[in-house]
Amino acid sequence: MASFDVIFIGGGPAGYVGAIRCAQLGMSVAVVEREGLGGTCVLWGCIPAKALLESASIATKVTHAAEFGVTVSDVKLDYGVAMKRSRAVSTQNSKGVEFLFKKNKITWIKGTAKIAGKNSVSVKADGKEEKHEAKKAIVISTGSRVKGLPQIGLELNKTTVISSDEALILEKAPKTMAIIGAGAVGCEFADVFTAFGTQVTLVEVLPGILPLEDADCGAELARSFKKRKIDVLPAAKIGDVKVGKTSVTMSIEVGGKKQSLEVEKVLVAAGRAPNIEDIGIKEAGIQLTDRGFIKINERMETSAKGIYAIGDVAGPPMLAHKGQREGVVFAEFLAGQKNVHPVNYGNIPNATYCHPEVASIGMTEAQVKEKKIDYKVGKFPFSANGRARTSGETEGFVKIIRDAKYGEILGAHIIGAHATELIHELAVARENEFTVEEVDLAIHAHPTLSEAIAEAALDSLGKVIHA
Amino acid sequence: MATKVTMEALSPTMEEGRLVKWNKNEGDQVKAGDVLAEVETDKAVMELVARGDGVLRKRLANEGDASPVGTLLAVIGTPDENIDAIIGAAVPATASAPAAASAKPAQQTAVPQSSDQSQSEAATPPQQKVAGPAAGAPPAPQSPSPPRPTAPPPKGNGARPGATATPGGRQRSSPLARRLASDKGIQLGGIQGSGPGGRIVKRDIENAKATAGAARSAAAERLATEGDFKDIPLTQIRKTIARRLAESNGPVPTFFLTAEFDATRAAEMRAQLAEMGDQYKASFNDIVIKAVALSLAEHPEVNAHWLNDKIRHFNRIHVAMAVAVEDGLITPVLFDADRMTMWEISEKARDLAKRARERKLMPEEYTGSTFSVSNLGMFGIDQFTAIINPPEVGILAIGGVEEKPVVIDGALEIRQRMRVTMSCDHRVIDGATGAKFLQTLKRYVENPLSLII
Repeated sequence: MASFDVIFIGGGPAGYVGAIRCAQLGMSVAVVEREGLGGTCVLWGCIPAKALLESASIATKVTHAAEFGVTVSDVKLDYGVAMKRSRAVSTQNSKGVEFLFKKNKITWIKGTAKIAGKNSVSVKADGKEEKHEAKKAIVISTGSRVKGLPQIGLELNKTTVISSDEALILEKAPKTMAIIGAGAVGCEFADVFTAFGTQVTLVEVLPGILPLEDADCGAELARSFKKRKIDVLPAAKIGDVKVGKTSVTMSIEVGGKKQSLEVEKVLVAAGRAPNIEDIGIKEAGIQLTDRGFIKINERMETSAKGIYAIGDVAGPPMLAHKGQREGVVFAEFLAGQKNVHPVNYGNIPNATYCHPEVASIGMTEAQVKEKKIDYKVGKFPFSANGRARTSGETEGFVKIIRDAKYGEILGAHIIGAHATELIHELAVARENEFTVEEVDLAIHAHPTLSEAIAEAALDSLGKVIHA
Repeated sequence: MATKVTMEALSPTMEEGRLVKWNKNEGDQVKAGDVLAEVETDKAVMELVARGDGVLRKRLANEGDASPVGTLLAVIGTPDENIDAIIGAAVPATASAPAAASAKPAQQTAVPQSSDQSQSEAATPPQQKVAGPAAGAPPAPQSPSPPRPTAPPPKGNGARPGATATPGGRQRSSPLARRLASDKGIQLGGIQGSGPGGRIVKRDIENAKATAGAARSAAAERLATEGDFKDIPLTQIRKTIARRLAESNGPVPTFFLTAEFDATRAAEMRAQLAEMGDQYKASFNDIVIKAVALSLAEHPEVNAHWLNDKIRHFNRIHVAMAVAVEDGLITPVLFDADRMTMWEISEKARDLAKRARERKLMPEEYTGSTFSVSNLGMFGIDQFTAIINPPEVGILAIGGVEEKPVVIDGALEIRQRMRVTMSCDHRVIDGATGAKFLQTLKRYVENPLSLII
C-alpha cells in the first residue's frame, strides 16, 4: 500500500492534466489507468481521428492538384495505411503523457480502481488487489464511452454496427456506410470515409447537421457535404432495422417520404455515456444529476467529502479541453490558491475537424434570440478573402453576433479552412471582454484568413471593407 | 475572504467624499447592505453600505476625513483573519491623514492622479508620506545621483504588493466594462474588480448598477416622507379593473386622451412678458408645467403611484420633464412645482436641462417624481403619445403651438392652438378621471393669468 496526497481514477485529459497541476503545486500524485495514458482523447478520439482527417484532406487535395499545376498520377487510397499511421500518432502522444508523468514524478498505477471508503482506493490488476491511500482527495476522471442505439435496434456488435472505436481500426474503408448522428464525430467520419471512397449516408434526427452549432454553419456544411456526394438526411426517422452478418438494412423517413437503405456498416455516432459503473459511486454516497453525470460544484467537489469529479463524467460539454481546465481548477482550489479563476462554462470553444472545419464560441443566433437580447450580426465569406482564394479554400464564412448597444461579442461562428485554429482570436476576445471594436482595432496581417474575422467584426458595425 | 470598504462613487459626478459619521465600530458584526457610514458627496449626504458579511475589523478613515473615490476606508473580515497585508498596502494613502482630522482634502490625496507618476512626483517632494513597510521598490535604475535619503523613489508609493488597482493609478478593467460604465454613468474608481488580478469586468458593473439602483430608489423613498402622501387601499373593483386590463394590454394598461387647447392668450402673455425684460421670459413649456402642477393639486388621483398592492396619492407635486440627451433621455424633476412661481420653474427647468445634457445631474435630481411631462413641440410635432414612467400613472405629451382656423361664435377665426395627449394607467385613472384633469388643465392654460397671480 502506497500513500499519496491525490489519486486520480482515469488518466484521460482531465485526469492527467489535473495530476500534472497537482504535482506542480507540490502534491504527491498517482493516476490509476488500466489502458494507456491520455484516455479516449489520445487513444480513441481527438488525436487518431484528426490523424485520419489529415489523410482525408490530402486525398481530397490530390484530386484537385491538377488545378494548381501539379499533376499526380496513379493515386491510390489505402485506409489501412492511414489507420496505421493514426495509431502510431496516438501511441506517440500517449508516450508523451508518460514522459510528462516521469518529469513531474507522478505514479501511474496500472489497473482498475474502485473507491474503498474514505481516503482509500483499491486497484485490481492481474487478479491482485491492492489498496492505496489518498490523503487529500480522490478524483473521479473516468470519462465517457460510446453507446449504441439499442432502442432502435442498433446495438453495437463491432462488425456491422460499430462505434468510432472500431472505425478507427478498420483495415479498409467499406463501400457503403450509414453514420447515425451528425454531431462532431459523425461529420468527421463522414468526411474521412468519403475521402477514402465510401458512399456515406449521414443521418440526423434533429432538423440540421451539427445541431449544436449555429444553424448557418450547419446549413453551409450540409451544402458542402452534398457537393461531395454525401447523402445528408436531417430530420430523419429510422425504422425497420435489420442487422445482418455482412450488411444492415433500415428504413429512413424524411419529410413523410420513406426510403430503404442497405449498407455494409453502420457507424453509431450518437451520444456518449459517462463511466460511472463499478467505481463505488453508490457506496460512497455520490449524487448524480438527472442526466446521470456526477454532480459537482465550482470546486469540482462531489456530494461526498474528499471525492471530486472532473471531465466527461462530471457532465457536458464532453470536450477534452473542458476536462483539462477542470483538472487545473480542481488542483488550484485543492492547493488553497487565492484568486482561482473558476471554469467559465460559457466560453468553451467547440471544434469540428471535417472539411470545411467548423468552430464556435459563445451563443448561437438562436440562443441570442431566445434570450431576447438586442443583437447585430456581422458576416464575412471566405470567398471574399484573398488568402482563402490563394489556397482554393473559399467555402464558409466568419459570423460574429454582437450586442447591439455595447458591442459585446455574444457568439462567433466560423466555418471554413482552419476554422478550429482561427476561433481562438475570438475566444481570447470574449474571455477578456473585448468588443468587436477592439477586434477590428488589432491590425490583422494581409493576406491571412484571420482578416475575415476583422471584416466580420466590421460588418457587424456596418463598416465592412471587402464585401 | 476579507472585503475592502472603499470610498464609492455615490453619484455619477462624485470624485471625493467626506466621511461624516461612522455608524459601526471596530469589532461590530456587519451584514452586506448594512449602513457603515454616512458620506457627504458634492451634493448630498449618502449612505455607504457594506458589500460583504463579517466583522468590521479596521476603520482607516476618521470622521471628517475627505478621501478620493477608491480610497480604502475599512476592512470587513472574519474575526481571526489576517488583514495586515490589506491594511499595509493602504498605509501610504492613509497615514498622511492627521489624527486630529480637520478635513484637509489636499493633504490626503497622497495618491498621485497622474499616470506619469514618477515624473510628477519627483518634482513635488512627498510630504509626510510614510513609505509602506512593503515598499521595497528598487531605486530608479538610470538615476545618476545616489538615492535620496528621505524616502524611496516615488514609485514606492505605487509598489503595493500585488496591488493592481491603485486609486488614481491604473485601474484594470475590460473594454466592455468601461463601455457599460460610461454609458451608465458609473465611475470605475469605486468598484472592486472580480476578474483576474482585480480586473473590473462586466458583472462588476452590473452589480454596481444594481446597488446604484437600490440607492436611487432609497432616495425616492426619502422624497416621499410620511405625511406627504396618502395610501389608498385597493377596493375589489379597483383590483379587478387592474388585473383584467393588465391582462389585456401589457403590464401598464394605458389609454390616451387628447385635447386641443386654445393657446392664443398664453402666446399673448408670453409676448407681453418678453417685452417686460429677459428675467420675465417664459416658454410654453414653463406655462404648461405650471398649469400641470396646479391641476395636479386639484386632482390627487392623477398625482399618484401604482404600488401593486395599493395606490399612493401624493400631497406634494414633483413634476418630471423629459430631456433629450445624446443617446437617450433623462427626466429631471421640478420638486414642489405647484409652489414655484412660473419664473422659478423657468429658471430651474433651464438649469436642469442644461446639466442633464452635460450628464451632471445627481441621482436625486432625476428620481422621485409624481407625474411627467414630455414636450416635442419644438420639433414641429403637433401631437404624440408618451410612455408612462412607472410607478407613475400618467404622462402628458405636449405638441407644438400653431395657428389654426377655429369656429368661434359662428365665425371663422385664426387662433393659436396646441394639442396635448395624456397617457393614463387605467389601473388607477379611469377615462372620466383623466378627462376631468384635462378640463382643469385646459382652464389653466386658456386663462394663463391664473398661473402668475
